[in-house]
Amino acid sequence: MSYGSTIKVPLGPQHPALKEPGNFLFEVDGETVVDVKPRIGYNHRGVEKAFELRTYIQNIYLAERICGICSDAHTTCYTQAIEELLGVEAPPRARYIRVIIAELERIQSHALWVGIAAHEIGFDTLFMYVWRDRETVLDLFEMISGNRIHYAMNTIGGVRRDIHAAMVPKIKKGLDFLEKRLKYYLDVVQTEQTILKRAAGVGVLKPKDAVDLCALGPTLRASGINNDVRADDPYAAYDEVPFNVITHDGCDVSSRMLVRCEEMLESIKAIGYALDHMPEGVIRVRVPMKVPKGEVVSRVEAPRGELIHYAKSNGTTKPERYKVRSPTLGNIPALCKMLLGGYVADIPIVLAGIDPCFSCMDRMAFVDVKKNKGWNWTMQQLRRKYAKK
Amino acid sequence: MSLFKWARTKSPWIIHFNTGGCNGCDIELVAALTPRFDLERFGILLEGSPRHSDMLAVTGPVTLQVKDRLVRIYEQMPEPKHVIAIGTCAISGAPFQECYNVHGGIDTVLLVDAYVPGCPPKPEAIIDGIAKLIQKIKEGEGHGKRK
Repeated sequence: MSYGSTIKVPLGPQHPALKEPGNFLFEVDGETVVDVKPRIGYNHRGVEKAFELRTYIQNIYLAERICGICSDAHTTCYTQAIEELLGVEAPPRARYIRVIIAELERIQSHALWVGIAAHEIGFDTLFMYVWRDRETVLDLFEMISGNRIHYAMNTIGGVRRDIHAAMVPKIKKGLDFLEKRLKYYLDVVQTEQTILKRAAGVGVLKPKDAVDLCALGPTLRASGINNDVRADDPYAAYDEVPFNVITHDGCDVSSRMLVRCEEMLESIKAIGYALDHMPEGVIRVRVPMKVPKGEVVSRVEAPRGELIHYAKSNGTTKPERYKVRSPTLGNIPALCKMLLGGYVADIPIVLAGIDPCFSCMDRMAFVDVKKNKGWNWTMQQLRRKYAKK
Repeated sequence: MSLFKWARTKSPWIIHFNTGGCNGCDIELVAALTPRFDLERFGILLEGSPRHSDMLAVTGPVTLQVKDRLVRIYEQMPEPKHVIAIGTCAISGAPFQECYNVHGGIDTVLLVDAYVPGCPPKPEAIIDGIAKLIQKIKEGEGHGKRK
Protein backbone atom coordinates (compact mmCIF):
# COMPACT_ATOMS: atom_id res chain seq x y z
CA MET A 1 0.00 0.00 0.00
CA SER A 2 1.44 3.34 -1.02
CA TYR A 3 0.83 6.63 0.78
CA GLY A 4 2.38 8.77 -1.94
CA SER A 5 4.89 10.42 0.40
CA THR A 6 8.04 9.02 1.96
CA ILE A 7 9.76 9.36 5.32
CA LYS A 8 13.47 8.99 5.93
CA VAL A 9 14.42 6.66 8.78
CA PRO A 10 18.05 6.53 9.88
CA LEU A 11 19.34 3.29 11.43
CA GLY A 12 22.57 3.36 13.35
CA PRO A 13 25.41 3.72 14.00
CA GLN A 14 24.40 2.48 17.44
CA HIS A 15 21.39 0.22 17.25
CA PRO A 16 20.28 -2.99 18.89
CA ALA A 17 20.18 -5.03 15.68
CA LEU A 18 23.89 -5.00 14.97
CA LYS A 19 26.78 -5.02 17.36
CA GLU A 20 28.93 -2.90 15.11
CA PRO A 21 28.53 0.69 13.98
CA GLY A 22 27.04 1.01 10.53
CA ASN A 23 24.58 3.59 9.35
CA PHE A 24 21.77 3.04 6.89
CA LEU A 25 19.34 5.70 5.75
CA PHE A 26 16.03 4.14 4.75
CA GLU A 27 13.37 5.91 2.78
CA VAL A 28 10.03 4.33 3.62
CA ASP A 29 6.60 4.67 2.08
CA GLY A 30 4.19 3.41 4.71
CA GLU A 31 5.67 0.08 5.74
CA THR A 32 7.65 -0.47 2.54
CA VAL A 33 11.30 0.37 2.03
CA VAL A 34 11.74 2.31 -1.22
CA ASP A 35 15.35 3.45 -0.97
CA VAL A 36 18.46 2.51 1.01
CA LYS A 37 21.62 4.54 1.42
CA PRO A 38 24.44 2.82 3.29
CA ARG A 39 27.00 4.97 5.09
CA ILE A 40 30.06 3.05 6.09
CA GLY A 41 33.36 4.03 7.61
CA TYR A 42 32.57 4.16 11.34
CA ASN A 43 34.98 1.31 11.84
CA HIS A 44 37.64 2.69 9.55
CA ARG A 45 40.94 2.57 11.39
CA GLY A 46 43.42 2.84 8.53
CA VAL A 47 44.66 -0.74 8.67
CA GLU A 48 46.06 -0.70 5.13
CA LYS A 49 48.28 2.28 5.87
CA ALA A 50 49.32 0.64 9.13
CA PHE A 51 50.43 -2.41 7.13
CA GLU A 52 52.97 -0.24 5.34
CA LEU A 53 54.42 1.02 8.61
CA ARG A 54 55.02 -2.38 10.18
CA THR A 55 57.30 -5.29 9.35
CA TYR A 56 56.03 -8.49 7.74
CA ILE A 57 56.11 -10.35 11.06
CA GLN A 58 54.23 -7.59 12.93
CA ASN A 59 51.68 -7.52 10.14
CA ILE A 60 50.56 -11.09 10.88
CA TYR A 61 49.15 -9.85 14.18
CA LEU A 62 47.67 -6.77 12.57
CA ALA A 63 46.00 -8.89 9.85
CA GLU A 64 44.52 -11.03 12.61
CA ARG A 65 42.96 -7.94 14.18
CA ILE A 66 41.21 -6.78 11.03
CA CYS A 67 38.33 -8.92 12.21
CA GLY A 68 37.80 -10.94 15.36
CA ILE A 69 35.39 -13.47 13.90
CA CYS A 70 37.24 -14.40 10.71
CA SER A 71 40.73 -13.68 12.05
CA ASP A 72 42.19 -16.94 10.75
CA ALA A 73 40.94 -16.27 7.20
CA HIS A 74 42.79 -12.93 7.19
CA THR A 75 46.07 -14.38 8.43
CA THR A 76 45.83 -17.34 6.02
CA CYS A 77 45.33 -14.92 3.17
CA TYR A 78 48.17 -12.69 4.36
CA THR A 79 50.70 -15.46 4.95
CA GLN A 80 49.83 -17.09 1.62
CA ALA A 81 50.51 -13.83 -0.20
CA ILE A 82 53.86 -13.27 1.52
CA GLU A 83 54.87 -16.92 1.06
CA GLU A 84 54.25 -16.57 -2.65
CA LEU A 85 56.39 -13.44 -2.78
CA LEU A 86 59.16 -15.25 -0.92
CA GLY A 87 58.83 -18.34 -3.09
CA VAL A 88 58.40 -20.71 -0.13
CA GLU A 89 55.61 -23.16 0.53
CA ALA A 90 54.17 -24.19 3.87
CA PRO A 91 54.98 -27.82 4.82
CA PRO A 92 52.17 -30.38 4.19
CA ARG A 93 51.37 -30.77 7.88
CA ALA A 94 51.01 -27.00 8.26
CA ARG A 95 48.63 -26.91 5.31
CA TYR A 96 46.43 -29.53 6.97
CA ILE A 97 46.48 -27.64 10.27
CA ARG A 98 45.42 -24.50 8.38
CA VAL A 99 42.43 -26.40 6.96
CA ILE A 100 41.44 -27.67 10.42
CA ILE A 101 41.62 -24.21 11.98
CA ALA A 102 39.83 -22.59 9.03
CA GLU A 103 36.97 -25.08 9.23
CA LEU A 104 36.68 -24.79 13.01
CA GLU A 105 36.49 -21.05 12.49
CA ARG A 106 33.77 -21.51 9.88
CA ILE A 107 31.75 -23.52 12.41
CA GLN A 108 32.07 -20.90 15.13
CA SER A 109 31.31 -18.05 12.73
CA HIS A 110 28.24 -19.71 11.21
CA ALA A 111 27.00 -20.81 14.64
CA LEU A 112 27.38 -17.24 15.80
CA TRP A 113 25.38 -16.10 12.80
CA VAL A 114 22.55 -18.60 13.32
CA GLY A 115 22.27 -17.33 16.89
CA ILE A 116 22.25 -13.67 15.84
CA ALA A 117 19.70 -14.35 13.09
CA ALA A 118 17.43 -16.09 15.60
CA HIS A 119 17.87 -13.10 17.93
CA GLU A 120 16.89 -10.68 15.13
CA ILE A 121 13.57 -12.45 14.60
CA GLY A 122 12.89 -12.53 18.33
CA PHE A 123 13.60 -16.24 18.77
CA ASP A 124 15.97 -15.86 21.72
CA THR A 125 15.68 -19.48 22.84
CA LEU A 126 17.48 -20.65 19.71
CA PHE A 127 20.04 -17.85 20.15
CA MET A 128 20.91 -19.08 23.64
CA TYR A 129 21.00 -22.75 22.56
CA VAL A 130 23.32 -22.12 19.61
CA TRP A 131 25.67 -19.90 21.57
CA ARG A 132 25.87 -22.48 24.34
CA ASP A 133 26.92 -25.14 21.84
CA ARG A 134 29.30 -22.74 20.11
CA GLU A 135 31.37 -22.71 23.30
CA THR A 136 32.45 -26.26 22.39
CA VAL A 137 34.38 -24.92 19.39
CA LEU A 138 35.88 -22.11 21.44
CA ASP A 139 37.07 -24.67 24.01
CA LEU A 140 38.78 -26.59 21.18
CA PHE A 141 40.45 -23.38 20.02
CA GLU A 142 41.63 -22.68 23.54
CA MET A 143 43.11 -26.18 23.74
CA ILE A 144 44.89 -25.91 20.36
CA SER A 145 46.06 -22.30 20.36
CA GLY A 146 45.62 -20.98 23.90
CA ASN A 147 43.11 -18.30 22.98
CA ARG A 148 39.41 -18.29 22.23
CA ILE A 149 39.20 -15.63 19.54
CA HIS A 150 42.56 -14.56 18.09
CA TYR A 151 44.30 -17.91 17.60
CA ALA A 152 47.60 -16.58 16.15
CA MET A 153 48.13 -19.95 14.45
CA ASN A 154 49.48 -18.82 11.09
CA THR A 155 52.94 -17.50 10.48
CA ILE A 156 54.88 -16.89 7.29
CA GLY A 157 56.11 -20.32 6.26
CA GLY A 158 53.70 -22.51 8.21
CA VAL A 159 51.85 -22.56 11.52
CA ARG A 160 53.02 -21.75 15.04
CA ARG A 161 51.48 -24.61 16.98
CA ASP A 162 51.09 -28.29 16.24
CA ILE A 163 47.99 -30.41 16.79
CA HIS A 164 49.32 -33.24 18.98
CA ALA A 165 48.03 -36.81 18.95
CA ALA A 166 46.54 -36.29 22.44
CA MET A 167 44.34 -33.49 21.13
CA VAL A 168 42.78 -35.51 18.31
CA PRO A 169 40.32 -37.58 20.40
CA LYS A 170 39.22 -34.43 22.26
CA ILE A 171 38.59 -32.59 18.98
CA LYS A 172 36.64 -35.58 17.64
CA LYS A 173 34.55 -35.80 20.80
CA GLY A 174 33.70 -32.11 20.52
CA LEU A 175 32.80 -32.48 16.86
CA ASP A 176 30.57 -35.49 17.53
CA PHE A 177 28.61 -33.46 20.06
CA LEU A 178 28.37 -30.55 17.61
CA GLU A 179 27.22 -32.79 14.77
CA LYS A 180 24.36 -34.09 16.89
CA ARG A 181 23.32 -30.57 17.86
CA LEU A 182 23.68 -29.21 14.32
CA LYS A 183 21.38 -31.88 12.92
CA TYR A 184 18.81 -30.74 15.47
CA TYR A 185 19.25 -27.08 14.44
CA LEU A 186 18.96 -28.03 10.78
CA ASP A 187 15.62 -29.62 11.62
CA VAL A 188 14.55 -26.54 13.62
CA VAL A 189 15.46 -24.18 10.78
CA GLN A 190 13.42 -26.21 8.29
CA THR A 191 10.33 -26.97 10.36
CA GLU A 192 9.93 -24.37 13.12
CA GLN A 193 7.06 -22.03 12.25
CA THR A 194 8.63 -19.12 14.19
CA ILE A 195 11.54 -19.13 11.76
CA LEU A 196 9.66 -19.96 8.59
CA LYS A 197 7.11 -17.17 9.09
CA ARG A 198 9.85 -14.56 9.50
CA ALA A 199 12.52 -15.90 7.11
CA ALA A 200 10.85 -17.66 4.18
CA GLY A 201 10.39 -15.35 1.20
CA VAL A 202 12.10 -12.45 3.00
CA GLY A 203 15.09 -10.59 1.53
CA VAL A 204 14.88 -12.22 -1.88
CA LEU A 205 17.96 -12.01 -4.10
CA LYS A 206 17.40 -13.52 -7.55
CA PRO A 207 20.32 -15.52 -9.04
CA LYS A 208 20.75 -12.97 -11.84
CA ASP A 209 20.90 -10.06 -9.36
CA ALA A 210 23.30 -12.01 -7.16
CA VAL A 211 25.73 -12.36 -10.06
CA ASP A 212 25.22 -8.81 -11.36
CA LEU A 213 25.77 -7.27 -7.94
CA CYS A 214 28.76 -9.51 -7.15
CA ALA A 215 27.30 -11.19 -4.06
CA LEU A 216 29.68 -13.54 -2.28
CA GLY A 217 29.88 -16.58 -0.07
CA PRO A 218 26.80 -18.08 1.59
CA THR A 219 24.65 -15.20 0.27
CA LEU A 220 25.55 -16.17 -3.30
CA ARG A 221 25.26 -19.90 -2.66
CA ALA A 222 21.79 -19.41 -1.16
CA SER A 223 20.78 -17.97 -4.55
CA GLY A 224 21.66 -21.29 -6.17
CA ILE A 225 25.06 -20.37 -7.59
CA ASN A 226 27.92 -22.76 -7.00
CA ASN A 227 30.91 -20.63 -6.10
CA ASP A 228 33.52 -21.39 -3.47
CA VAL A 229 37.20 -20.45 -3.55
CA ARG A 230 38.03 -23.65 -1.68
CA ALA A 231 36.74 -25.68 -4.63
CA ASP A 232 37.47 -23.28 -7.51
CA ASP A 233 41.01 -22.29 -6.60
CA PRO A 234 42.15 -24.63 -3.81
CA TYR A 235 44.62 -23.28 -1.28
CA ALA A 236 46.16 -24.86 1.85
CA ALA A 237 45.18 -28.57 1.67
CA TYR A 238 41.72 -28.13 0.14
CA ASP A 239 42.79 -29.98 -3.01
CA GLU A 240 43.19 -33.12 -0.86
CA VAL A 241 40.38 -32.73 1.68
CA PRO A 242 36.97 -33.72 0.24
CA PHE A 243 33.95 -31.49 0.92
CA ASN A 244 30.76 -30.48 -0.87
CA VAL A 245 29.82 -26.96 -1.88
CA ILE A 246 26.34 -26.35 -0.47
CA THR A 247 23.83 -24.45 -2.60
CA HIS A 248 20.12 -23.77 -2.18
CA ASP A 249 17.63 -22.23 -4.60
CA GLY A 250 15.40 -20.43 -2.10
CA CYS A 251 17.15 -17.05 -2.60
CA ASP A 252 15.73 -15.87 0.77
CA VAL A 253 16.91 -15.60 4.38
CA SER A 254 15.59 -19.07 5.12
CA SER A 255 17.88 -20.66 2.52
CA ARG A 256 20.81 -18.58 3.80
CA MET A 257 20.18 -20.24 7.17
CA LEU A 258 20.04 -23.68 5.54
CA VAL A 259 23.26 -23.09 3.59
CA ARG A 260 25.12 -22.07 6.72
CA CYS A 261 23.79 -24.97 8.81
CA GLU A 262 24.73 -27.52 6.14
CA GLU A 263 28.13 -25.91 5.63
CA MET A 264 28.84 -26.46 9.32
CA LEU A 265 28.10 -30.18 8.88
CA GLU A 266 30.42 -30.26 5.84
CA SER A 267 33.12 -28.54 7.88
CA ILE A 268 32.84 -31.21 10.57
CA LYS A 269 33.38 -33.93 7.93
CA ALA A 270 36.33 -32.05 6.46
CA ILE A 271 37.98 -31.66 9.87
CA GLY A 272 37.48 -35.37 10.59
CA TYR A 273 39.16 -36.28 7.30
CA ALA A 274 42.02 -33.82 7.83
CA LEU A 275 42.67 -35.14 11.35
CA ASP A 276 42.88 -38.73 10.07
CA HIS A 277 45.06 -37.96 7.04
CA MET A 278 47.39 -35.36 8.51
CA PRO A 279 50.93 -36.09 7.28
CA GLU A 280 53.85 -36.17 9.73
CA GLY A 281 56.68 -33.67 9.57
CA VAL A 282 57.66 -30.13 10.42
CA ILE A 283 55.05 -27.40 10.80
CA ARG A 284 57.02 -24.38 9.64
CA VAL A 285 59.99 -23.36 7.56
CA ARG A 286 62.28 -20.46 8.34
CA VAL A 287 61.94 -17.46 6.07
CA PRO A 288 64.13 -14.36 5.58
CA MET A 289 63.03 -10.98 6.95
CA LYS A 290 63.40 -9.19 3.62
CA VAL A 291 60.85 -9.94 0.93
CA PRO A 292 61.94 -9.62 -2.71
CA LYS A 293 60.24 -7.16 -5.06
CA GLY A 294 56.93 -8.27 -6.49
CA GLU A 295 53.15 -8.12 -6.49
CA VAL A 296 50.74 -10.83 -5.47
CA VAL A 297 47.01 -11.46 -5.03
CA SER A 298 45.83 -14.07 -2.59
CA ARG A 299 42.32 -15.48 -2.23
CA VAL A 300 40.68 -17.33 0.65
CA GLU A 301 37.12 -18.46 1.33
CA ALA A 302 36.36 -16.71 4.62
CA PRO A 303 33.16 -17.71 6.47
CA ARG A 304 31.40 -14.74 4.83
CA GLY A 305 32.72 -15.26 1.30
CA GLU A 306 35.70 -14.63 -0.89
CA LEU A 307 38.44 -12.62 0.77
CA ILE A 308 41.12 -10.98 -1.40
CA HIS A 309 44.47 -9.63 -0.21
CA TYR A 310 46.89 -7.79 -2.47
CA ALA A 311 50.50 -7.11 -1.51
CA LYS A 312 53.25 -5.16 -3.23
CA SER A 313 56.76 -5.47 -1.87
CA ASN A 314 59.82 -3.38 -2.60
CA GLY A 315 62.65 -5.56 -1.30
CA THR A 316 62.63 -4.23 2.28
CA THR A 317 61.19 -5.61 5.52
CA LYS A 318 57.94 -3.67 5.09
CA PRO A 319 55.32 -3.92 2.32
CA GLU A 320 54.98 -0.97 -0.06
CA ARG A 321 51.23 -1.32 -0.51
CA TYR A 322 48.67 -3.61 1.01
CA LYS A 323 45.02 -3.94 0.08
CA VAL A 324 42.23 -5.98 1.64
CA ARG A 325 38.87 -6.62 -0.03
CA SER A 326 36.59 -8.24 2.47
CA PRO A 327 33.42 -10.22 1.63
CA THR A 328 31.03 -7.88 3.46
CA LEU A 329 32.00 -4.99 1.20
CA GLY A 330 31.17 -7.12 -1.85
CA ASN A 331 27.79 -7.99 -0.35
CA ILE A 332 26.62 -4.43 0.39
CA PRO A 333 25.17 -3.69 -3.12
CA ALA A 334 23.32 -7.02 -2.98
CA LEU A 335 22.07 -6.13 0.52
CA CYS A 336 20.58 -2.86 -0.76
CA LYS A 337 18.76 -4.82 -3.46
CA MET A 338 17.38 -7.29 -0.89
CA LEU A 339 16.07 -4.51 1.34
CA LEU A 340 14.20 -2.67 -1.44
CA GLY A 341 10.49 -3.44 -1.47
CA GLY A 342 10.63 -5.23 1.86
CA TYR A 343 8.89 -4.31 5.10
CA VAL A 344 10.45 -2.12 7.76
CA ALA A 345 10.05 -4.92 10.31
CA ASP A 346 12.18 -7.22 8.14
CA ILE A 347 15.15 -4.82 7.99
CA PRO A 348 17.12 -6.37 10.92
CA ILE A 349 16.91 -9.94 9.69
CA VAL A 350 17.72 -9.04 6.08
CA LEU A 351 20.60 -6.88 7.27
CA ALA A 352 21.87 -9.73 9.42
CA GLY A 353 21.23 -12.14 6.53
CA ILE A 354 24.50 -11.33 4.78
CA ASP A 355 26.36 -11.72 8.08
CA PRO A 356 27.81 -8.21 7.89
CA CYS A 357 31.18 -7.60 9.46
CA PHE A 358 31.94 -3.90 9.45
CA SER A 359 35.33 -4.22 11.02
CA CYS A 360 36.40 -6.26 7.98
CA MET A 361 34.80 -3.83 5.61
CA ASP A 362 35.74 -0.33 6.67
CA ARG A 363 39.05 0.42 5.08
CA MET A 364 40.35 2.73 2.39
CA ALA A 365 38.19 1.02 -0.22
CA PHE A 366 36.48 3.32 -2.68
CA VAL A 367 33.64 1.61 -4.46
CA ASP A 368 31.90 3.53 -7.17
CA VAL A 369 28.39 2.14 -7.19
CA LYS A 370 25.73 4.12 -8.98
CA LYS A 371 23.25 5.93 -6.71
CA ASN A 372 25.09 4.96 -3.51
CA LYS A 373 26.33 8.45 -2.83
CA GLY A 374 27.01 7.56 0.79
CA TRP A 375 30.26 5.97 -0.25
CA ASN A 376 31.60 9.19 -1.73
CA TRP A 377 30.51 11.13 1.29
CA THR A 378 32.39 8.84 3.62
CA MET A 379 35.57 9.06 1.64
CA GLN A 380 35.48 12.83 1.34
CA GLN A 381 34.93 13.21 5.01
CA LEU A 382 37.77 10.83 5.72
CA ARG A 383 40.08 12.78 3.45
CA ARG A 384 39.06 16.05 5.05
CA LYS A 385 39.80 14.69 8.50
CA TYR A 386 43.02 13.14 7.39
CA ALA A 387 44.17 16.38 5.77
CA LYS A 388 43.33 18.33 8.93
CA LYS A 389 45.55 16.06 10.98
CA MET B 1 22.69 2.31 51.72
CA SER B 2 19.98 4.40 50.16
CA LEU B 3 17.17 2.76 48.28
CA PHE B 4 18.35 4.26 44.99
CA LYS B 5 21.88 2.97 45.36
CA TRP B 6 20.62 -0.45 46.37
CA ALA B 7 18.48 -0.59 43.24
CA ARG B 8 21.32 0.60 41.02
CA THR B 9 23.82 -1.96 42.21
CA LYS B 10 21.25 -4.77 42.05
CA SER B 11 20.50 -4.47 38.39
CA PRO B 12 22.74 -2.35 36.19
CA TRP B 13 21.71 -2.32 32.54
CA ILE B 14 24.43 -2.29 29.93
CA ILE B 15 24.57 -0.66 26.56
CA HIS B 16 27.23 -1.93 24.24
CA PHE B 17 28.94 0.22 21.64
CA ASN B 18 31.72 -0.78 19.28
CA THR B 19 33.80 2.27 18.44
CA GLY B 20 35.86 0.62 15.73
CA GLY B 21 37.09 -2.61 17.25
CA CYS B 22 37.68 -5.89 15.49
CA ASN B 23 34.55 -7.67 16.80
CA GLY B 24 36.52 -10.01 19.03
CA CYS B 25 35.59 -8.21 22.26
CA ASP B 26 32.00 -7.80 21.06
CA ILE B 27 31.44 -11.50 20.65
CA GLU B 28 33.09 -12.18 23.99
CA LEU B 29 30.76 -9.65 25.63
CA VAL B 30 27.76 -11.36 24.01
CA ALA B 31 29.18 -14.75 25.00
CA ALA B 32 29.30 -13.49 28.59
CA LEU B 33 25.52 -13.02 28.40
CA THR B 34 24.80 -16.51 27.06
CA PRO B 35 24.19 -19.65 29.15
CA ARG B 36 27.79 -20.80 29.76
CA PHE B 37 28.71 -17.59 31.60
CA ASP B 38 25.29 -16.03 32.18
CA LEU B 39 25.98 -12.44 33.19
CA GLU B 40 22.25 -12.02 33.77
CA ARG B 41 22.51 -13.80 37.11
CA PHE B 42 23.93 -10.51 38.45
CA GLY B 43 20.80 -8.76 37.22
CA ILE B 44 22.75 -7.34 34.30
CA LEU B 45 20.83 -6.94 31.08
CA LEU B 46 22.03 -5.90 27.65
CA GLU B 47 19.91 -2.95 26.64
CA GLY B 48 19.46 -1.47 23.18
CA SER B 49 18.74 2.15 24.03
CA PRO B 50 21.18 4.51 25.76
CA ARG B 51 18.25 6.17 27.55
CA HIS B 52 17.56 3.01 29.55
CA SER B 53 21.15 2.17 30.43
CA ASP B 54 23.39 2.63 33.45
CA MET B 55 26.68 1.35 32.04
CA LEU B 56 28.33 1.99 28.71
CA ALA B 57 30.51 -0.94 27.64
CA VAL B 58 32.86 0.28 24.91
CA THR B 59 35.01 -1.97 22.75
CA GLY B 60 37.60 -0.92 20.23
CA PRO B 61 39.76 2.15 19.64
CA VAL B 62 37.87 5.39 19.02
CA THR B 63 37.94 6.17 15.31
CA LEU B 64 37.59 9.77 14.20
CA GLN B 65 34.26 9.16 12.52
CA VAL B 66 32.67 7.47 15.53
CA LYS B 67 34.01 9.87 18.17
CA ASP B 68 31.11 12.36 18.05
CA ARG B 69 28.59 9.52 18.06
CA LEU B 70 30.19 8.01 21.16
CA VAL B 71 29.93 11.32 23.00
CA ARG B 72 26.32 11.73 21.88
CA ILE B 73 25.38 8.25 23.09
CA TYR B 74 27.07 8.97 26.41
CA GLU B 75 25.16 12.24 26.78
CA GLN B 76 21.87 10.48 26.10
CA MET B 77 22.36 8.17 29.08
CA PRO B 78 20.69 9.20 32.35
CA GLU B 79 22.87 9.93 35.38
CA PRO B 80 24.56 8.30 37.21
CA LYS B 81 26.40 6.60 34.37
CA HIS B 82 29.52 4.51 34.21
CA VAL B 83 31.89 3.56 31.42
CA ILE B 84 33.73 0.25 31.04
CA ALA B 85 36.55 -0.03 28.51
CA ILE B 86 36.70 -3.63 27.29
CA GLY B 87 39.81 -4.87 25.55
CA THR B 88 43.27 -3.48 24.97
CA CYS B 89 42.12 -1.36 22.01
CA ALA B 90 39.62 0.48 24.19
CA ILE B 91 42.31 1.08 26.79
CA SER B 92 45.11 2.39 24.59
CA GLY B 93 44.38 1.80 20.92
CA ALA B 94 46.76 -1.18 21.03
CA PRO B 95 47.61 -2.53 17.55
CA PHE B 96 45.94 0.46 15.92
CA GLN B 97 48.14 3.07 17.56
CA GLU B 98 49.62 5.43 14.97
CA CYS B 99 46.78 4.66 12.56
CA TYR B 100 45.73 7.95 10.98
CA ASN B 101 42.03 7.49 11.67
CA VAL B 102 42.31 6.36 15.29
CA HIS B 103 41.83 8.88 18.07
CA GLY B 104 43.18 6.62 20.82
CA GLY B 105 41.71 4.80 23.80
CA ILE B 106 38.28 5.53 25.28
CA ASP B 107 39.80 7.65 28.05
CA THR B 108 40.87 10.25 25.50
CA VAL B 109 37.15 11.00 25.05
CA LEU B 110 35.28 9.90 28.21
CA LEU B 111 36.23 9.26 31.82
CA VAL B 112 36.41 5.52 32.31
CA ASP B 113 35.45 3.73 35.54
CA ALA B 114 36.70 0.22 34.80
CA TYR B 115 39.25 -1.23 32.42
CA VAL B 116 39.21 -4.88 31.29
CA PRO B 117 42.50 -5.73 29.55
CA GLY B 118 42.96 -8.57 27.09
CA CYS B 119 42.88 -9.12 23.35
CA PRO B 120 40.10 -10.10 23.60
CA PRO B 121 39.39 -10.49 27.33
CA LYS B 122 37.73 -13.77 28.21
CA PRO B 123 34.08 -13.61 29.33
CA GLU B 124 35.24 -14.39 32.87
CA ALA B 125 37.41 -11.27 32.79
CA ILE B 126 34.49 -9.15 31.57
CA ILE B 127 32.28 -10.51 34.37
CA ASP B 128 35.05 -9.78 36.86
CA GLY B 129 35.38 -6.21 35.55
CA ILE B 130 31.66 -5.57 35.83
CA ALA B 131 31.50 -7.12 39.31
CA LYS B 132 34.35 -4.87 40.42
CA LEU B 133 32.58 -1.83 38.99
CA ILE B 134 29.43 -2.75 40.92
CA GLN B 135 31.57 -2.93 44.06
CA LYS B 136 32.99 0.50 43.21
CA ILE B 137 29.49 1.94 42.85
CA LYS B 138 28.53 0.43 46.23
CA GLU B 139 31.46 2.20 47.83
CA GLY B 140 30.32 5.48 46.32
CA GLU B 141 33.11 5.84 43.78
CA GLY B 142 33.09 5.77 40.02
CA HIS B 143 30.99 8.52 38.59
CA GLY B 144 32.08 9.10 35.04
CA LYS B 145 31.84 12.45 33.37
CA ARG B 146 32.71 13.63 29.92
CA LYS B 147 36.26 14.84 29.52
